[in-house]
Amino acid sequence: MSIPCRQAFSQEVLAQAKNDKNVVVLCTDSRGSVMLGDFAAELPEQFIEVGIAEQNCVGMAAGLANAGLKPFVAGPACFYSMRSAEQVKVDVAYSNSNVKVIGISGGVSYGALGTSHHSLQDIATMTAVPGLTVILPADAWQTKQMTAALTVHEGPVYVRMGRGAVPDLYGPEGESKLAPDFKIGEAIELMQGSDVAIFACGETVWHAWHAGKKLAAAGISASVVDLHTLMPLDEETILRVAAGCKAVVTVEEHSVNGGMGSLVASLLSEHNPKMIKKIALPNENIVTGSSPEVFRHYGITADNIAEQAELLLKKLG
Amino acid sequence: MSTTNYRRIATERRKELLNMIYEAKTGHTGGALSSTDILVALHYGIMNIKPSEPKWADRDRFVLSKGHSVEGYLCILADLGFFPKAELMTFSKYGSRLIGHPTNKVPGIEICSGALGHGLPAAVGMALGAKKSGRAYKTYVLMGDGELAEGSVWEGAMAAANYELDNLTAIIDRNGLQISGSTEDVMKLEQLKAKWEAFGWQVFEADGHDIEGLISLMKSFPQTNGKPHMIIANTTKGKGVSFMENVAKWHHGVPSDEQLAQALADLDKTEVGK
Repeated sequence: MSIPCRQAFSQEVLAQAKNDKNVVVLCTDSRGSVMLGDFAAELPEQFIEVGIAEQNCVGMAAGLANAGLKPFVAGPACFYSMRSAEQVKVDVAYSNSNVKVIGISGGVSYGALGTSHHSLQDIATMTAVPGLTVILPADAWQTKQMTAALTVHEGPVYVRMGRGAVPDLYGPEGESKLAPDFKIGEAIELMQGSDVAIFACGETVWHAWHAGKKLAAAGISASVVDLHTLMPLDEETILRVAAGCKAVVTVEEHSVNGGMGSLVASLLSEHNPKMIKKIALPNENIVTGSSPEVFRHYGITADNIAEQAELLLKKLG
Repeated sequence: MSTTNYRRIATERRKELLNMIYEAKTGHTGGALSSTDILVALHYGIMNIKPSEPKWADRDRFVLSKGHSVEGYLCILADLGFFPKAELMTFSKYGSRLIGHPTNKVPGIEICSGALGHGLPAAVGMALGAKKSGRAYKTYVLMGDGELAEGSVWEGAMAAANYELDNLTAIIDRNGLQISGSTEDVMKLEQLKAKWEAFGWQVFEADGHDIEGLISLMKSFPQTNGKPHMIIANTTKGKGVSFMENVAKWHHGVPSDEQLAQALADLDKTEVGK
């Protein structure tokens, strides 16, 4: 049964923290929204409530890392990626602090709560901070693997995940039946094809994978790549997969400006220019609706991804 | 160590930082001079540190939150042996690791600073980290007074009291001036002592140029009363150089040949610090 990524994170960080007393979790009155209630109850000495103060929370985490602890900061991505962006830049990344900033309920997860609660700028912001690793996991299975990897990974990391339960893509119960090892910085090739390369990240990967299947049924051969790590970017895989296809489609839950599509387009334009269709959210305040409604409104769906891929291939003749 | 020695140390560091700023043709001169005696008190009289082992786990921690006063701090770290003194003359020059704000690429520096309002939260984390990991080290942070307009300072202030961090000491370099003029004209800070007390801190006022006094004050701090310590250190911006004292424009002024000669002569004539 699928669970939200934030729940998979909370379960795994609790499991890891039971075996490593240096793992501490900080939150900003966000233990409920991060689903950290069990962690706080079971490991109160490793749980630090900071109150509604993201700047202080990230700064404190850098100080705790200096003391030899392994802090995870967890709360809404919209606040951590903007309100405390300077602490992430200076105290964490510039200072090379071993801090993991876990942004939950990211993108348009908060739907009708409005632009204040959306984080559609975080890929743009965080991938331009030197020294910061940026990860968007696709589903609960991958989130669990990523969380385990992060407890042993030394260095500054920003993670964004969503709020609602998403269909399981990976693992024995997942739709793809694929269970690839999670390695920071190594993209996952879900499908290999020769007509169109589809790059996706975060919770849009599931839609991209279904688009690949639809295209296959229509006789179009698609590569589908999960770019879970956006910094450092797996340039080798992107260039190799794109080189094997005629056109490229990117899919992400982010502003069309400065997101994963921009990173891919920029890389390809320097090495091997391809026609690209970026499927993302417009740089405007988003229509009111639940997360799935917003995705449908802006075409972050398997049907639209497949349709855009076909249109692109038609344009190329 | 005798009083005279601390005074001599502070005078030598002031001369070094002026020479460094002159050589680099850039620097935050006024604030570096106002904070020298506080930094000397901490690094020569209070803190338990090992220059040969900068990452020693039980070292006392220090954060220079008013990162723009880096010059005196670098001179002190070099004098203590964290890196070669000759490197000071590379300050702000092409390719140097000694730049206009602290970076932890330099041995002895814990965390990068320069963006104001960051130091106290980081120091709160370091002090809380000591408690969590059962270490006895103490944490010190030096803030500017103009910096106190940053909201994150007060987030950190609340947190330090909340976690009962009696192993944390914050010092405010209260020179009363910031770039645009008097702190009270730019953004009123008073009643400053009452504000920190209301936030749950044990607050002391002190002469920020009385090195012996600062050392004995900090040595007297109880470590078990559950309250973080604050020293409002009253200082003079540009301290020790007659034409720089209390002149806001020396916040980041660079002395000319003649001014440097006069400044060094001033410092030789009257060793500042009591």
